[in-house]
Amino acid sequence: MSASLAVEIPYWGQSLLRVLGGIVAVLLPAGTVVYVFLFKMMSFMQSRLGPMEAGPYGTLQLVAEVGKWLQKEDTAPERADHRIFKMAPLIVLVSTFLLVAAVPFGPDAWLTNFKTGVFYALAVSSISVLGILVAGWASANKYSLLGGLRAAGQLIAYELPLVLGTLGVVIQAGSMNLQDIVVAQNAGAIFGWDGLGNPYILTQFIGFFVFMVAVQAELTQPPFDMPIAESELVSGYMTEYSGFRFLMFFIAEFATVGVFSLIASILFLGGWGVPFAWFGWETLDDVDNWMNVGGPLILFTKMMVLSFLVMWVRFSFPRFREDQLQRFAWKVLIPLGLANIVVTAILKVAV
Amino acid sequence: MTDLLSQREQLAYIAAQAADARLNVELETEGMTLNIGPQHPATHGTLRIVVRLDGEQVVWAEPVCGYMHRGYEKLTEVRTYPQITTLINRIDWLGSFANEVPFILAAEKLMEIEAPPRAQWIRTILFELARIANIVLFLGDLGVQLGAVTPTFFAFRDREHVLNLIEGATGGRFHPNFDRIGGLKDDLPKGWVDECRLVMKKIRGFCDEIEDLLIGNEIFQERTRGVGIIPREVALQYGLSGANLRASGVDWDLRRDQQLPMAWDKVDWKVWTHPDGDSFARCWVRLQETREATKIVDQLLDGLPSGPIMAKVPRIIKVPEGEAWVSTENPLGEMGYYIVSRGDLGPFRVKIRSASFNNISVLPWVLRGVYVPDVIAILASLYFILGDIDR
Repeated sequence: MSASLAVEIPYWGQSLLRVLGGIVAVLLPAGTVVYVFLFKMMSFMQSRLGPMEAGPYGTLQLVAEVGKWLQKEDTAPERADHRIFKMAPLIVLVSTFLLVAAVPFGPDAWLTNFKTGVFYALAVSSISVLGILVAGWASANKYSLLGGLRAAGQLIAYELPLVLGTLGVVIQAGSMNLQDIVVAQNAGAIFGWDGLGNPYILTQFIGFFVFMVAVQAELTQPPFDMPIAESELVSGYMTEYSGFRFLMFFIAEFATVGVFSLIASILFLGGWGVPFAWFGWETLDDVDNWMNVGGPLILFTKMMVLSFLVMWVRFSFPRFREDQLQRFAWKVLIPLGLANIVVTAILKVAV
Repeated sequence: MTDLLSQREQLAYIAAQAADARLNVELETEGMTLNIGPQHPATHGTLRIVVRLDGEQVVWAEPVCGYMHRGYEKLTEVRTYPQITTLINRIDWLGSFANEVPFILAAEKLMEIEAPPRAQWIRTILFELARIANIVLFLGDLGVQLGAVTPTFFAFRDREHVLNLIEGATGGRFHPNFDRIGGLKDDLPKGWVDECRLVMKKIRGFCDEIEDLLIGNEIFQERTRGVGIIPREVALQYGLSGANLRASGVDWDLRRDQQLPMAWDKVDWKVWTHPDGDSFARCWVRLQETREATKIVDQLLDGLPSGPIMAKVPRIIKVPEGEAWVSTENPLGEMGYYIVSRGDLGPFRVKIRSASFNNISVLPWVLRGVYVPDVIAILASLYFILGDIDR
């Protein structure tokens, strides 16, 4: 597929580009999601203006916020388990970086092209649980401990719907490679009409629902924000963190919103691709080189749409209680996901 | 006491008992004592609640108050009567005007004077505006306690209109200090009545909005229905008042049930009750009360009599010797003042009965056996104001 590259980039150059691309792919969605949704959309929903002073329409507010957090003292409670306390935000952030490594942004613009990309993404996404649990325990704070325990219960319970939601897509595409899933959607056709490709949201809408709800819970966004629950647990597992360690948690939270939206748009909305029929492409090798630039932009747009969904729900709903959350996972999402897989499998074999 | 309760209430009672019993059974677990407060986002003030937890279940709870005690009862002994309204404004700081009225009425009762009709009507209007400003904030605060941030901002937006009205009439947004013995400080400004009608329409819109967004939300109902049930008998025993009592099914409203020189009996309105006694019932009753209050204000504005706003009172107010008790239905519940006068410029002793202090006394009973998130839902729905607890 790199045969069509106009300029042959040496291996070290490609590696450097991929590392930088990974950092950009984490920080850019995080920044955009925070500014566009957390600052501005939330404010408009709540009939206020949001940040207006720093830069035009408050666009530089993010810089100011980051500056503020960097200036703050890095404190730790006296009785905390210091080494682990300091490590915890890193673990959470690392999980986000590992997650973005699996995301393909274009025909050649991928960071690592795993054969089992879906499996890998689901596996590394649960590393953040470890960081959160450790943060809750090491803080030597009762609120943090409760938050950490809640997070552990919740994130482990919602791994299963997350997997079940993706399985339908994997069955339909016949591959666990995210690149293959993108191609399968864009080269596909709806009853012979290929003007729109075949984005899996049309056939896997139940899977999409299950996946998005599970993502909402994995991200600990309201209505599933019990681990943070600022009116009950002050700030849950983050209570004792300040300065740049808090910033790391914060970046991880919103970068993961972005990255999960990226993965969801790859699984269900056709990822970086446009319907191949528009340009007469057949397979991945036919895709023009400009898609390495256009693809990320298309993917970014789809990511913003899905992040908007996540944030919209976040600002609208009150919070569940943990037992209600568990009941919702085991009694609604998991049966739905299983039924979806059964139906998909039957149709896959039959058709 | 169990035989007094209905079947539904017995369930709550048994659940609490079971939680007590869990201390000694099952695995050998270690309880955890958690201080909710004095600095905690859910207590909006400095209330401290000590809870002993088994996992996330509360087995024992006790509110500790007094962190904001300002000694108003003692301070009133060294103030003259007109000075005292400044102090008592700050008891329930969200519905300040409503604090002044019972005190002024008690003083008027001792002096055996009565405010002219126009003053009575304007007093009632401002009283209801204070109630609306107070409960609108409660409805918004409910959202943030249960994790929905947006309704809070809607509440602050719409409360602003009511505060502007109060400011227009009295000059003070939070602490009007407008009520005088024998009447009011001033008449209403020009155009205020029309403005008030518009605002009442906006508040009714806000109530509909909150009902759509929050009270009618499935998650909200899941979180509040059947949570923190206070049976009728328990509510009466603990001396609950206001919407908390009405939500337990007791049809009791001092605006209707007693004769005061106010204008509530001149208009047509309804006292809402709810049979359930849970957190949802308390929220729902308050929502209906806000709607009812806007109707009261609208009707009062229609029939506002003309005339003086001040009765004939001496320039230097001396209250004759005697004792008087007047209580009114304030936004938070029954608020009353017991004044003992020895014929001086100021009272000899004043006892303030504020609603929140009695309302939170039920917490040890109602918090047993619930989960930590429910603690917050119950606290939010009981609705206390720290100034009203500690005075």
